[in-house]
Amino acid sequence: MTELKYEAPETVEAAVGLLAAGTQGAKIFAGGTDLLVQMREDLIEPEVLIDIKKIAEVRAITVGSDDIKIGAAVTGAELGEHAEVNALWPGVVEAMELIGSDQVQGRATMGGNLCNASPAADSVPALIAAAAKAVIAGSGGTREVPVEEIVTGPGQTSLGPDEFVVQIILPKPPTRAGDAYLRFIPRTEMDIAVVGAGVSLSLNDDGTCAAVRMALGAVAPTVVLVEAASDILVGKNLDDAVLDALASAASGVCNPIDDKRGTIEFRTKVAGVLARRVTTIAWQRAEKS
Amino acid sequence: MNEESKPRAGSNYKWVGSNTPRPDGVDKVTGRARYGDDMILPGMLHAKILRSPHAHAKIISIDTSEAEVMKGVKAVMTSAAIPDHPLSEPPYLPIINDFHDISRNVMAREKVLYDGHAVAAVAATSESIARKAVKLIKVEYEVLPHVLDPLEGAQPDAPILHEHQYTAGTDPETSQPSNVFRIISGERGDLEKGFAEADEIIEREFRSQPVHQGYIEPMACVAAASEDGTLELWTSTQGHFVARTLLAKLLNMDMAKIRVTASEIGGGFGGKTTIYAEPVAVRLSQMTGRPVRMAMTRSEVFRATGPTVGSYCKIKIGAKKDGTITAGHADIWYQAGAFKGSPIGRAVDTFFSPYNIENLKATGYDVCVNRPKAAAYRAPGAPMAASATEGVLNELAKRLDIDPIDLRLKNAVKDGDQSLMGTKHSRIGLIEVLEQAKSHPHYSAALEANQGRGFAVGYWLHGGGLSSASANLHDDGTLSIATGNPDIGGSRSSMRVMAAEELGIDVELVKPIVADTGSLGFSYLTAGSRTTYATGMAVVNATREVIEKLRELAAKKWDIPVEDVTWDSGQAVPSDAHKGDNKPLSFGQLAGMATKMGGPIAGHSEINATGQGAAFCAQLVDVEVDPETGFVSPKRHTVFQDVGRAISPDYVEGQMQGAAVQGIGWALNEEYIYDDQGHLLNTGFLDYRMPVASDVPMIEPVMIEVPNPNHPYGVRGVGEPPLVSAPAAVANAVENAIGITMSSLPLSPPKILKAIETGSSS
Amino acid sequence: MTKHNITATINGDETEFTCSAEQTLLDVLRGELQLTGTKNGCGTGDCGACTVIVNGRPVNSCLVLGAELDGANVETIEGMAKGGELHPLQQKFLDQAALQCGVCTPGILNMAKALLEKNPDPTETEIRFGLAGNLCRCTGYDKIIRAVMDVAAEMRASGS
Repeated sequence: MTELKYEAPETVEAAVGLLAAGTQGAKIFAGGTDLLVQMREDLIEPEVLIDIKKIAEVRAITVGSDDIKIGAAVTGAELGEHAEVNALWPGVVEAMELIGSDQVQGRATMGGNLCNASPAADSVPALIAAAAKAVIAGSGGTREVPVEEIVTGPGQTSLGPDEFVVQIILPKPPTRAGDAYLRFIPRTEMDIAVVGAGVSLSLNDDGTCAAVRMALGAVAPTVVLVEAASDILVGKNLDDAVLDALASAASGVCNPIDDKRGTIEFRTKVAGVLARRVTTIAWQRAEKS
Repeated sequence: MNEESKPRAGSNYKWVGSNTPRPDGVDKVTGRARYGDDMILPGMLHAKILRSPHAHAKIISIDTSEAEVMKGVKAVMTSAAIPDHPLSEPPYLPIINDFHDISRNVMAREKVLYDGHAVAAVAATSESIARKAVKLIKVEYEVLPHVLDPLEGAQPDAPILHEHQYTAGTDPETSQPSNVFRIISGERGDLEKGFAEADEIIEREFRSQPVHQGYIEPMACVAAASEDGTLELWTSTQGHFVARTLLAKLLNMDMAKIRVTASEIGGGFGGKTTIYAEPVAVRLSQMTGRPVRMAMTRSEVFRATGPTVGSYCKIKIGAKKDGTITAGHADIWYQAGAFKGSPIGRAVDTFFSPYNIENLKATGYDVCVNRPKAAAYRAPGAPMAASATEGVLNELAKRLDIDPIDLRLKNAVKDGDQSLMGTKHSRIGLIEVLEQAKSHPHYSAALEANQGRGFAVGYWLHGGGLSSASANLHDDGTLSIATGNPDIGGSRSSMRVMAAEELGIDVELVKPIVADTGSLGFSYLTAGSRTTYATGMAVVNATREVIEKLRELAAKKWDIPVEDVTWDSGQAVPSDAHKGDNKPLSFGQLAGMATKMGGPIAGHSEINATGQGAAFCAQLVDVEVDPETGFVSPKRHTVFQDVGRAISPDYVEGQMQGAAVQGIGWALNEEYIYDDQGHLLNTGFLDYRMPVASDVPMIEPVMIEVPNPNHPYGVRGVGEPPLVSAPAAVANAVENAIGITMSSLPLSPPKILKAIETGSSS
Repeated sequence: MTKHNITATINGDETEFTCSAEQTLLDVLRGELQLTGTKNGCGTGDCGACTVIVNGRPVNSCLVLGAELDGANVETIEGMAKGGELHPLQQKFLDQAALQCGVCTPGILNMAKALLEKNPDPTETEIRFGLAGNLCRCTGYDKIIRAVMDVAAEMRASGS
């Protein structure tokens, strides 16, 4: 049994170097709210923990003219306190804020939530709905990838063994845009999402829908895009018929499991309910913006 | 009733009924108070237990050789290090009295009987090394079929847990191995006649799952053994004297050589009334000659300590049009877990006890299954039974178009009535509780859309039993009170309030402590809501002995007969005949004189308290159900309880509020979830869903005082009654919100949504 | 075994300790530093009994590594009372019976303190959600919430 090592590199390059040297036994450590729990439960036995919290660019939020760069190790608490990101992408922020307690928020990060690759991760449906990209660093340099290509299965990502996510990039939303995230849990807090729904949409000048992206979490091995949402909503106003169609489409793409948090039947049903509710909220936000 | 413990006349108390500072309070808000895992001894080792990954399996071999040679490991043990004990004769004793079972629950011998069952243990110089060392122990198992459900476990073809166990209480007797350990039944009147008289009969089935007490502090202890056979044990327990007894008998040690100190305890609710890993820590300490610390992880707490039983119940109640209940019949199966003994007797006695029904039958089946051995949880056996009865009465009230509280009032037991198992009610406060509920604004408040209001009543007869106390007077006029009951919820406060009340002195002059087992006579558990009652009685007796001696001292000082000295408001007062020469002597003055005039003054009392009276608790709960998701939101909750007399009112309220929220969790989201291999899937607080602060509203406690005349201060135990009716009240609220009867707890959202969509719960 | 040498400020005192990579802040507090006021209820961030304040933020100490704390500022329950005077929250919890067994109390006091520092005028709902990460099994939360609301009002009134 090898002894666990802890490293705290101060640059991206140094972190990549440690990942490359550690091959399978190295794990990126940001908030640790999933990592340390999995180690405690003997689900993983890493050999090296690479603490990235000393690397400046993974801890910064930068609002530019075209986009917003959020360091992968920015905590939920810090994101929640950032007035500008809150105003531009309230759905992404509220998704991240739903993760765990305030104490967990003081540590949990969006990069960690994404790369832990739980099918029920709260930030991921909102990020995918927002068409966010992940900036990945590795031995071969950096690359940008749509967030929906990161998670490939429960606990699995498309990252190479020497790669890690450095930043999440959100586009600047167009005018008259709104996003929202809702989840169903059996209590009011402290639960893993049984169903999660994120939607981002924008409106034309005439008040009809210009564009929409809807993504569902915890209803399939990875987050699913509700492809039919565009056909149902674009060019239309929000009415009961449209909402019903959205609900059906959402239920239709579900491929969930029965587990200790919910049944197939329940998740499928509630996905439709949440699709309706989250779209209503995003629409109201778009009208106000 | 104890002759010495006559109640005081009048109700103008100085301290009883007021909120006084909690003697252990500052230590608890500053982090200074030491719980089970806060004891650090020099040279202390750390222990870890290897646990079975199978629900049911034969142990073929255990190889500890690699663990033994790991650097830092000082001892490794298996069940060979725990003495075996013969089967009880016949094998009919519940586990609490059967050391054959206790030995095997502490560490498995021939078989493992549940996922998490202890198999081996290691003591090492650090917890990290101990954790790694247990992984090196190799165990060969032969996996056997398992059973989890009590009804399935009771079938003749179920996998058998104990080949030597057969069902007691059957006629004719049987020697066929069975998971059904015993059957307890009570009957009176003529059931057939009773149902024939009924205008309305309702027959229902109810299921509930095991729920854990959920104490936030996991079990933890430190054992320090000496080469001369003595042992010091520091442990988080609800009964250190019982722990000593169990350890002594299990490990064949002399009781006097074992000194157990109860740490502060971070919650118990009945779950810490027995021993789990303490014997392992003790043996490892004896093997190494060093103190051994054993602390369970949360996962171990769920896998290997006792939750309450899960249940399956069939119940039938008949009533006349005017609401008179004419007959009641209930059968209930409790799953005892891996070893025999579950509270079916309490269930049989609880089903119908709030109601005066002529024709009754109740039968309980006590069934072993491959789950952790069930332990007590706050009114053990009662909440499930009450949920069934109150669920039926909820429906009955609607069918008969009678107000739910009027239905209870119509049938309510009164003084002199008898429960099914023969408990005769003396002075009880059920009518008062029901009337308070009916006239409370909550009962008539308007409900909004998707909301429902539930009402339920619960009965509980708390414990009396063995308690010891001593009171020692100091030169400076302060008094130490020692009892043997760990303080879970503030009982030390009440002890000193009663002592100060007896003496008529400032409550701050009294210092209450929980003494270790070497310092005091036997005290039974802090459980069964008995502490303020029984231990309070012992404290009162001990204090009265001190008063007696103070009177004698004053008499000696004044040279008058002791009959001419009375004790009043903290002073010895001479009778009128002797007043001229002698001014009254205060408590403080007399204390200063004692050692110079005869010797230290102390009082002590060892009693077996009796005379306890039943307590009733009713609850009103409003919930809102989201019809599209089945999400339940408790909106308003009021608890009405006959508390006898509230010695420390804030803390009595606290018992009512805490139990109400446990009931909410039990009714809505708490349950043990297993896979088809018998593995427990939710071993942590993430998926064992207890209520968090945002899940519940304020809980309004309405205390009704109908004093028990058998206690010097009219005390009734208050800890357990409020859980008896809590899950039932919440469940009834949900049923009334959605208009569909539900038949299994917890009422989690998928169940509710399905019921709403299909119109029924089956 | 490699040990990390860490210097952190704990309750205002500069404190040195060594720890292995796998030791959490909770392990260090209770083991190396013998500050047992911070409790271990679950070890997985679900109960909040181990809540301490690190660099001004309330966190679960079971999910922070000792090795990452060089230069950090840590506040535990042991530092809440100052110079023999209880913090208003500590006093109010005693006055209003906002604890029974007391094992969740250190975590709740730390979380409530952090909550009020960030939001001095919270509603009942905000307090309930703010304390959602702190399990209490004894009190049913009622008296805890009331105590925090009352302290908030008193602190606002006195301008602290």
